[in-house]
Order: sequence, then structure tokens, then C-alpha cells
Amino acid sequence: MLAKRIIACLDVRDGQVVKGVKFEGLRAAGDPAELARRYDVEGIDEVVILDVTATLEARQARAHTIQAVARELFLPLCVGGGIRNEGDAAAAIDAGADKVSLNSAALADPPLITRLAERYGSQAVVVAIDAKRDGDRWTAYTRSGSASTARDVVEWAREAAARGAGEILLTSMDRDGTKSGFDCPLTAAVSDAVAIPVIASGGAGEFAHFAEVFRAGRADAALAASIFHFNTHGVTDLKQFLHGQGIPVRL
Amino acid sequence: MSIALVDYGAGNLTSVRKALAAVGAEVYTPDGPADLTRARGVIVPGVGHFGSTRTLDQAWRHAILERLDHNRPLLGICVGLQWLFAGSTEAPDVPGFGVCQGMCDRLPDIEPATGARQKVPHVGWNTLALPRWSRLFAGVADGSHVYFTHSYAAPLARGTVATSTYGIEFTAAVEEGLVSGVQFHPEKSGQVGLQVLRNWLTGVT
Repeated sequence: MLAKRIIACLDVRDGQVVKGVKFEGLRAAGDPAELARRYDVEGIDEVVILDVTATLEARQARAHTIQAVARELFLPLCVGGGIRNEGDAAAAIDAGADKVSLNSAALADPPLITRLAERYGSQAVVVAIDAKRDGDRWTAYTRSGSASTARDVVEWAREAAARGAGEILLTSMDRDGTKSGFDCPLTAAVSDAVAIPVIASGGAGEFAHFAEVFRAGRADAALAASIFHFNTHGVTDLKQFLHGQGIPVRL
Repeated sequence: MSIALVDYGAGNLTSVRKALAAVGAEVYTPDGPADLTRARGVIVPGVGHFGSTRTLDQAWRHAILERLDHNRPLLGICVGLQWLFAGSTEAPDVPGFGVCQGMCDRLPDIEPATGARQKVPHVGWNTLALPRWSRLFAGVADGSHVYFTHSYAAPLARGTVATSTYGIEFTAAVEEGLVSGVQFHPEKSGQVGLQVLRNWLTGVT
């Protein structure tokens, strides 16, 4: 049976893992390669590196971080943040990423999704959507959540899938860093609209939140950062909990 | 122990190369079919579309067959496993290597047992069923999880040594004499995946 995936996110700045609350007020959490090794031992299913403040000058530093994390990790590794064009994607993939995650660049240049899918396969192209509730719908935001777009999240997810995205990484900006639970209505709306896997992100605070987003949110995978980084909850314990709840996981 | 990793333009080989290095294989990328003659074993990887295997033309096929004649094993990974079959409905005009019988076909959008919609591609960690002993899965427990990412799958065949189920039961691995293949990504499947690669290498002499 296909397992629900638990994904650890490493928000990296200047080679160090940081994690913000609602994208602001970052605090240090450690060495990315060291954290990735710990998660691997604990049974994480996948690792995402998000270079939250990536700039063009930071590309080389990013490649260094990817290499360090990828060296001993034999799990899917996704890299996002500052992937603006084919050159950035190629640099990340050459450094050891299996997937690249596009956010602002995909919104600015949707055909980029198709070009990367044709070159590396759809399984290598993740479209990340930062969603903010706006009445009874959600709007997509760009540039680490600082700029609003006019795009409806569900409609944009559908377009991204049609253009060749292999997965959607869906972050609720309203919940990110709050530890108050994933946005299940948002996740379910996107998951029902597309035939590709949806990774829920933003709001994980306790084990029950994961069970909720797999059931009510119909998520295929759930991503969290700080809940794992500060050792509040181990990946192993989370998976045992989900297994006990009858949710299929890789133990 | 020189292993040829055939790069026919179907995706990125960094991860496969890294995993093979981790289990002690010495890997090279052949310039062309003629460069296979020094290979102790041959790996045909692949992601994406079956049509990309069109690049594996008669010259490549002859070179791989010549290696098999010299007892040099072949391993297909993902689309590389599908290529071992007669072909795929994904690109009906492109013939497979044809060592295994049957055509690869798209995974169902509806789960036959429940009638529920299921997502295609099949992405993530799924369990293996191991119906009989094989070299590839020596020391691997029945029910182990491995990482898949694919929309098309191979039918059950005589050489099927592992299956997985996503709506339908499909071939997760074949072993037919010197020819083996895995639908999942051993390079992305943690310790289980590394064990499968190690096991395949024990057949490379």
C-alpha cells in the first residue's frame, strides 16, 4: 500500500538551517547535512531544502549545501528557493537534487514548468504555492510571501499540473509557523482538483495535525520543519502514532 | 568491476551514480555502444517517457546482447525495467528489448476494487511483495517500502520476483537469468535500495 509521506523541510540561509514564524523573525536551528542525517536515521521519507533568501550570488553556496546534504542521503531530495530559470534548476540538479521546486518563477513564466519537465521529467518538477485565505478562496503569493498575485490557488494548481508539474507543495501562509494545524480545507480543495500528489505544509504543531491533513485534507504527503528541528517530536514517534491511527506509513 | 551506466538522455544520473559508488561499484558512462566492451555489468536507468528509449537503437541492443553473451549482467531501472518488456502503450511505435513478455500500460485512474479515484503518477513509498527467492532481494524483508515515481507499469511476467500494488498489481522487479530490472528507484530507497544494488553487484564478476 502506498504510504503517506513525511517530509522534513530545511529552510536554509547562508548555509544554516533557520525557521521563521509566518516567514519573519528567523532563528537558527543547525547544520543542514547534520539535520538531514538525523532525519534519515529516524525514518524521514524525503527532504526539502528551501533556500529562503536565495539570490543569484548565493547559487554557489546553495550548490555546496545541496552537495553536503546529498552526500549520504539516499532518499528523494528536493531543492527550492531562488530557482528562477533552467540554469538555476540545472545547478541544483547537478549538485544532487532529485527535484526542484518552483514558486515565483513558475508564476512569472509558466512555460518554465514545461521546459523543465521535458528536460528532467515531471517527477523532477515541483510547483510550490504559497496560499493565503481571501474570504472563501485562496490567493497565491510570491517572493517568500511578500507579494500577492491575482491567481486563485486551485486554478493555478490545475494549470501547473497541466503544464507538467509532478507535485504541488502547498503552504498555508495563514498557518505557517503557528503550530495550529494544517489548513485542511485548502489542502483538500487542491488535492481534489489535481491528479498529481499534493504536499501539505504550514501549521504542524502536534501529531494529530498530520492525521487530520491526511484524512480531511486528502494530502499525499505532509511537510514540517520546526516540529522536527528542535527535537520536540521525533519522526519515528510521529510515524508510530500515524500507524496506530491506521494511516499507512513507512516504518 | 567496471559498470556501464548508459546515459541515453533520459534524466539525471547523479543520484544513481552516487548510490552505486556507495556500494562500491566503479561506474563509467559509455561514449557509445562500442564502449560497452569493457563493462562487467550494464545499467539502463531512465525516468520520464518510454519514447526516450528510442535512442537505444540496434547498435546499443547488439552491444548489450554481446555483453550478455559474455555473462555480463544487465539491470534496468524504472523506464529501464519497462524497456525489458515488449514495449509500452506510452510509445507504441518504440519496441522494447523484449526479454520479458507483455506490454507496459498506464496505471488505472480508478481503483478497481473500490471504484475510488486514484492519482496517477504513482509517487512515493510503496510496499514490495516478494513471492519467491531472488538474488536481488536476498536479505530484504517481504513488505519493505521502496520509492516509486511512474505512470506506466509492467505486467506480471515469468521473471517477476517482486510486485507492488497501486490499483492493480504490477511488476516491481524482474530477474530472468542475467537480466534484472526494478521499477522503483533503488538509489532513492534508503537502506533497502542500497541492499538491492549490492545484491545485483554480487552477480557481477
